[in-house]
Amino acid sequence: MSTTTPRPGTSARTVLAPVLLGVVALALWQLLIVVFEVKPFIVPGPLAIGEQFGSSFGTVLQGAVVTGGNALVGLVIGGVLGILFAVIAALIRVIDELSAAVIAALAVVPIVALAPVLYTMFGAGAETARQLVAAIAVFIPVYINTLRGLRQVRPVHRDLMHVYAASAWQLTRTVTVPGALPFIFTGLRIASSLAVISALIAEYFGGPVGGLGKSITSAASSSNYPLAWAYVLGAILVGLLFYCVTLGIEKFATRHYKPST
Amino acid sequence: MSDAPAASAAVEVVGVDKIFVGKKKATVTALENIDLTVAPGEFVSLIGPSGCGKSTLLRLIADLDAPTTGAITVFGKTARQARIDQEYGIAFQQAGLLPWRTVAGNIELPLELHGVAGPARKARSAELLALVGLSDFAESYPDQLSGGMQQRVAIARSLAESPRLLLMDEPFGALDEMTRERMQTELVRITAETGAAVVFVTHSIPEAVYLSNRVVVMSPRPGRIRDILTVSLGSAAERTDQLRENEAFFENVSRVRELLHGEAPVGIRGVETR
Repeated sequence: MSTTTPRPGTSARTVLAPVLLGVVALALWQLLIVVFEVKPFIVPGPLAIGEQFGSSFGTVLQGAVVTGGNALVGLVIGGVLGILFAVIAALIRVIDELSAAVIAALAVVPIVALAPVLYTMFGAGAETARQLVAAIAVFIPVYINTLRGLRQVRPVHRDLMHVYAASAWQLTRTVTVPGALPFIFTGLRIASSLAVISALIAEYFGGPVGGLGKSITSAASSSNYPLAWAYVLGAILVGLLFYCVTLGIEKFATRHYKPST
Repeated sequence: MSDAPAASAAVEVVGVDKIFVGKKKATVTALENIDLTVAPGEFVSLIGPSGCGKSTLLRLIADLDAPTTGAITVFGKTARQARIDQEYGIAFQQAGLLPWRTVAGNIELPLELHGVAGPARKARSAELLALVGLSDFAESYPDQLSGGMQQRVAIARSLAESPRLLLMDEPFGALDEMTRERMQTELVRITAETGAAVVFVTHSIPEAVYLSNRVVVMSPRPGRIRDILTVSLGSAAERTDQLRENEAFFENVSRVRELLHGEAPVGIRGVETR
């Protein structure tokens, strides 16, 4: 099992193995539902969920667009602010020292708990509160990872830029920020899942109807369990999409970042 | 040599000490009473065991560190002013290429930082890539090159602004022996073509002898110049690979070795002068 060098067929195996495991798990799940006659309000079978997902695909997709849209706005705002603040903190030490405690405090706040407060601030009819919740959730991992990445400048590069009499801004633009890209993307990848989860959970606390979170609660409260689960499946797919897209961008952007001499 | 006016020397080091202050105010004397003059176009190697301060001396000349006492001038300017005016190019043991830039992008980096226009940068990098024999790799990324090729890119980058002085800190230290000899031959050719003075830090005695007009032998703790040996192996054109088999080459190698080890054992000297 422990192969040290990738061989042809290994990539096929890494894809095939989890897919196979998933299929087996689903089959087992369906089998248990049938054998023990489990009631749908406890948990519906995968076939029932799949059927419901197919028949109400349009509404699930609409919900996914709303929730995914909020998550995306949050990811962009939180990501841009996180990177920007990290660059400033890396350039100006005082700001870093001043904000360290605030960031640490912000990191332990359950961000979604802010949702009810934000709804009253921005009005329950707007998506703003949800986007803000997602943005705050995104900000922290992006800020922390970016700042760590910005501190990874190799001594040889620092010497070189000193020799070139480069300004602080030139150093930041040509060496520090590009060098921090792998860290920035790791932060964004972690944050992408957080953005979707935060945007979704924020819907539980109020605001306009239409998103996946609201749809899950309303389907569950009207005892339409397969539909509720179909929405959950939609939420999983949105999260997966965000994760895969950020992972893909990360792989592409850092494709030449192998340790070189 | 000390009669020469300061402005004409590529590097002039006068009475330099370097003392590092560590934790709990423990001091380490890295360099003591260093005097050294490098003429324009001259190739000078600094050789010595680890801890003899040869890299520190190079860093002082490059203004990457400041001497504790004494003065360093580069083409008659202070080391700091010479750095700001880009009077020298530098190459380190690590190539230190930026992995997110292409080979051409790396070579153009100093030009870009100093405001050279795009077309002029392109022309210069093409010229330098031809000089180091990597014209086919302009659009490659560093991770696609071997260690020796990366080091050639680093040398091309150090030459980007046509400096009259090259500072090199064990640039071939991480390369295998065969690549190393090929790079040495290329460096002799390149310095002959550019006419630049070179201060070259190395661990390798044959390397120092093969490349240099003069070899500065240093001793450790505290770092001092033990002796300076003038090597006369002819002009760059005469220094081909055959030189490595030459009697005069071996003679110089054993002279440097004797200087490095202080008194050489008599037996070895007898063998090598045969």
